[in-house]
Amino acid sequence: MVMLSTGDTAWVLIASLLVLLMSIPGVAFFYSGLTKRKNVLNTMFLTFIAFSIASVIWVAYGYPFAFGDVSINGLISQPAHFFMTGIGINDLTGSIPTILFIVFQLTFAGLTAALVSGAIVGRMKTSAWMIFIIAWVSLVYIPIAHWVWGGGWLMQMGALDFAGGTVVHINSGVTALALALVLGKRKNPSLLPHNLGYSVLGAGLLWFGWMGFNGGSALAANGLAASAILVSNVAAATALITWVLIDTVKVGKPTMLGAITGGVAGLVAITPAAGFVDVPAAIIIGFVTAFVSYYAIYYLKSKFGYDDALDVFGVHGLSGVWGAIATGIFASPAINGAAGLLFGNPNQLTIQIISIIVTAVYAFVVSIILAKILDKTIGIRVDEKEEIGGLDANLHNESGYRL
Amino acid sequence: MKRIIAVIRQEKFESVKKALIDAGCEGMNVSEVKGRGRQMGIRESYRGSSYCIDLIPKTRLELVVNDEDLERILDVIVESAHTGEVGDGKIFVSDVAEVIRIRTGERGSDAV
Repeated sequence: MVMLSTGDTAWVLIASLLVLLMSIPGVAFFYSGLTKRKNVLNTMFLTFIAFSIASVIWVAYGYPFAFGDVSINGLISQPAHFFMTGIGINDLTGSIPTILFIVFQLTFAGLTAALVSGAIVGRMKTSAWMIFIIAWVSLVYIPIAHWVWGGGWLMQMGALDFAGGTVVHINSGVTALALALVLGKRKNPSLLPHNLGYSVLGAGLLWFGWMGFNGGSALAANGLAASAILVSNVAAATALITWVLIDTVKVGKPTMLGAITGGVAGLVAITPAAGFVDVPAAIIIGFVTAFVSYYAIYYLKSKFGYDDALDVFGVHGLSGVWGAIATGIFASPAINGAAGLLFGNPNQLTIQIISIIVTAVYAFVVSIILAKILDKTIGIRVDEKEEIGGLDANLHNESGYRL
Repeated sequence: MKRIIAVIRQEKFESVKKALIDAGCEGMNVSEVKGRGRQMGIRESYRGSSYCIDLIPKTRLELVVNDEDLERILDVIVESAHTGEVGDGKIFVSDVAEVIRIRTGERGSDAV
């Protein structure tokens, strides 16, 4: 009979708080430092409101539909326990309380929603953002979470995603791109961070919190959790160093923005792989991902002209894709039982690619549809005067600084 | 030689700067100021308390031009800074006694 492990429970409790920290206020600072001064508060607001909406939906019906006991054809759960009614304080999911598992997953849903905001800063109506998030969490996040983690068809197929490469990063990255395309370009799409120090602070909170994001996904206080944390740091550090070197070669000088972007990209890429790969693989994953996201940000974006303001697609989307692929290549049975291409199981890579394509296409298509419906009904973009004057003053009657 | 001080909307600064550069006027110095004329102030609200912020952030541009360029440059600034709403700002023109380019020691019109 499985019993509650106080060690596992203590760790996952802490890990949940660490993931919370990534959103509140990690992403809020990371993003708002990169925007114009006139939009600093609105940018933070997008994160806080998205996290809050996702939190309420999660306990109302999100968890029931994503992680129910029975899967309906692998597509969605047969829901039960709406608003968490009927879930006992002492119920267990593995060696930790069910309620704790719900909390942990709640922080993931909130973070994913918050991440999307990076692409749409500076020009989206608050009402449209809120309604979009309600619809998106319900129709995109919950199904994908079910497919990959909740016993759904991708999980049944054997897709590996330790802490959210597909569910969180590819999902948010592709959604961000869809929204940015429907919203259109800002009048002034220049990237002139008004307070890069905020972004460094935010990136630091993200890195710190990510150790709970990846380590906590072991759902146990054990060697696997430690291994996940170890490889996550190695991948982040390698990606940061690589990005700094690429910057030095390409633009002549290393940059702080490049360093933190590299670090975050490394963390994104290692996310699906954290509990499946060893240190050498993590170094390779971090190294390659710097090139992937660097190329996306410096070349893809200008080539195709989409205004993904803070590079959610470039960093979360594409490093997430590489990370999911890398999981299929480098998964080592010695770490957590699963084997990838390099360990004699090429089939895993195929499964990974399928899960990437399914997640990306589904998230993109549904997001475009939701955004277009919203645009046709209430309109999703602020008017030009509000955009130029700044969202803090026009949407909130506030200013972020009083100098 | 004349000094032009233009207090304009912050969001208009980029277009004014561009228009000045296009008109051949590349030197200027810029500061952020707070001020008011007839504009009523902006409203900020915190926890139910509403405040009329009397001093509004503006951008102050200062440049020195030769006499023969004055009218042309004034037109450039007025046209690029104009919106028609209260708060567009003001321009002040005054005489300049001497201008010196530090690097070369040039004085007068040549240094402008």
